[in-house]
Amino acid sequence: MAQTRSNLFNNLIAQFDTPWKRCAAFAVILALLLVAPISLGPYATVILTNALLYVVLALGLNVVVGYAGLLDLGYAAFFAVGAYTVGILTHTFGFNFWLTLPVAVGAAVVAGVVIGTPTLRLRSDYLAIVTLGFGEIVRFTARNLDITGGASGISGIQQPWLFGWHINTPFEFYYVFVVLAVIAVIVSVRLQHSRLGRAWLYVRHDEDAAEAMGIDTVRVKLAAYVIGAIFGSIGGAFFAVNLGAISPESFSFQQSVLILMAVILGGMGKIPGVILGAFIVVLAPELLRDMGEFRLLLFAVGLLLVMLFRPSGIWPARGK
Amino acid sequence: MSMSNPLLALRGVNLSFAGNTVLDNVDFSVGRGVIASLIGPNGAGKTSLFNCITGFYKPQSGSIKVDDQELLGLKPHRVTQAGIARTFQNVRLFQQMTVLENVMSGSHCRSKAGAIAAILGLPSQRREEADIRAHAIECLAFVGIADEMDRDATNLAYGHQRRVEIARALATRPKLLLLDEPAAGLNAGEKADLLTLIGRIRDELGISVLLIEHDTGMVMKISERITVLDHGVVIAEGAPKEVQANPKVIEAYLGQEDGEDLL
Repeated sequence: MAQTRSNLFNNLIAQFDTPWKRCAAFAVILALLLVAPISLGPYATVILTNALLYVVLALGLNVVVGYAGLLDLGYAAFFAVGAYTVGILTHTFGFNFWLTLPVAVGAAVVAGVVIGTPTLRLRSDYLAIVTLGFGEIVRFTARNLDITGGASGISGIQQPWLFGWHINTPFEFYYVFVVLAVIAVIVSVRLQHSRLGRAWLYVRHDEDAAEAMGIDTVRVKLAAYVIGAIFGSIGGAFFAVNLGAISPESFSFQQSVLILMAVILGGMGKIPGVILGAFIVVLAPELLRDMGEFRLLLFAVGLLLVMLFRPSGIWPARGK
Repeated sequence: MSMSNPLLALRGVNLSFAGNTVLDNVDFSVGRGVIASLIGPNGAGKTSLFNCITGFYKPQSGSIKVDDQELLGLKPHRVTQAGIARTFQNVRLFQQMTVLENVMSGSHCRSKAGAIAAILGLPSQRREEADIRAHAIECLAFVGIADEMDRDATNLAYGHQRRVEIARALATRPKLLLLDEPAAGLNAGEKADLLTLIGRIRDELGISVLLIEHDTGMVMKISERITVLDHGVVIAEGAPKEVQANPKVIEAYLGQEDGEDLL
């Protein structure tokens, strides 16, 4: 019973999986995203903006977990690095937001290299532990430094100007995040179909064979880790200016788990799956809001069912 | 073939694990344009020797040179870059990837486009991608399975999986190809095809071949040089006829319980 239903679902997905239909589906989704705020109103727009942020974050973590097969349990740390870099530089030192973006990217690269270089030489289990620790270290550091505003964080972060356009309403930020998400998708697709993208899969499937083919596995894994970090940092940077306030609790272990859940839920390594996962992780708790206290319970049961019946995700990578 | 300047030269290679000697002062060389074999009873240290050459094991002492470049201490990918490619005893293809994608892996160390070039889709990156693909198809055509390039590699018949592995190794553009029991699990017809293929790799591509093989009939037929390893020691080296007649070799093989037949 479950088997036939699962096959039906696979067939349904296969229908949408030809290149032409995929492009058409992409265009339809993009059109829907563009008109969504007009028809749905401000509250839904804020929620959708959050979903788009998660698309960016999940696609970044997907490079690390889905492509290179490295379990990262502290991804929110890079999200925090981007948010705090922008928060501190714009609010405390008065820099222009757009000038701080490259700094945020640079900070993520440095953090990624510092954490990744020693640990990526080890088995990936160790990476999970180190990243878990790193995530907590970043949060505790942010909580205890003066420059990061301690436990209350930084508030009053200026919203950015772009060529005379002051991006300051939820609707405007929504479109900024649409652009970010589209860029994240394009970058993901291009990476996936590149020499580096293939190398990630080789390393994930058989590290020894990949080495024997002349692939520097440590370097390739570090590239995945750092690219994931950059996605996270950029997401964090825009998160900071969108909300105008950041605090250490936005970058908790739970945040890392939620992003990881988006990646695993939708189907690791598959871009449409990861996007779907990001939307589910943000929208499901909202849609279940009427359930009151039970909503998180229902959400958890739903997740368990997905893991039981579709262990490789709702929309898995090719093959099973 | 000049023995004074061999393609691959091992001198005094010692390898041990937790006090157990696996390779004992091994001297060994492979000349240019030669098809050579490494034989010996089970557990003689043949695959360990391969793993030392390719950087997967690190010998305690000795020297391993290809074209006078020291390989000892290099990581496996650097050895591959230096011009040595290998296959594995038990076929190790990349799962859930097509035959073509598998073979494209071999071009990684001969190409250079990074993340930024790929994200921007620079013309140089697109050209390189096309070259990688074309080269992989060429390698597949060479081993005779280009028509299966879009299939999932691990769904291929076993004999064809072995050929994918050889094509993948050829795609790294090696000077020397190491084949670890390439005939294992093949039927008589496939073995004959393999013999032809190994001959063509040397004759048409100019790549030297070193193989570990248990099928002694095949080894005698194809090899110009044979090295015999027993308990980590080289006990004989020479042309097939000389090795065949060497009493030490006969003893090593007769002394074995499962009595592999060398003659």
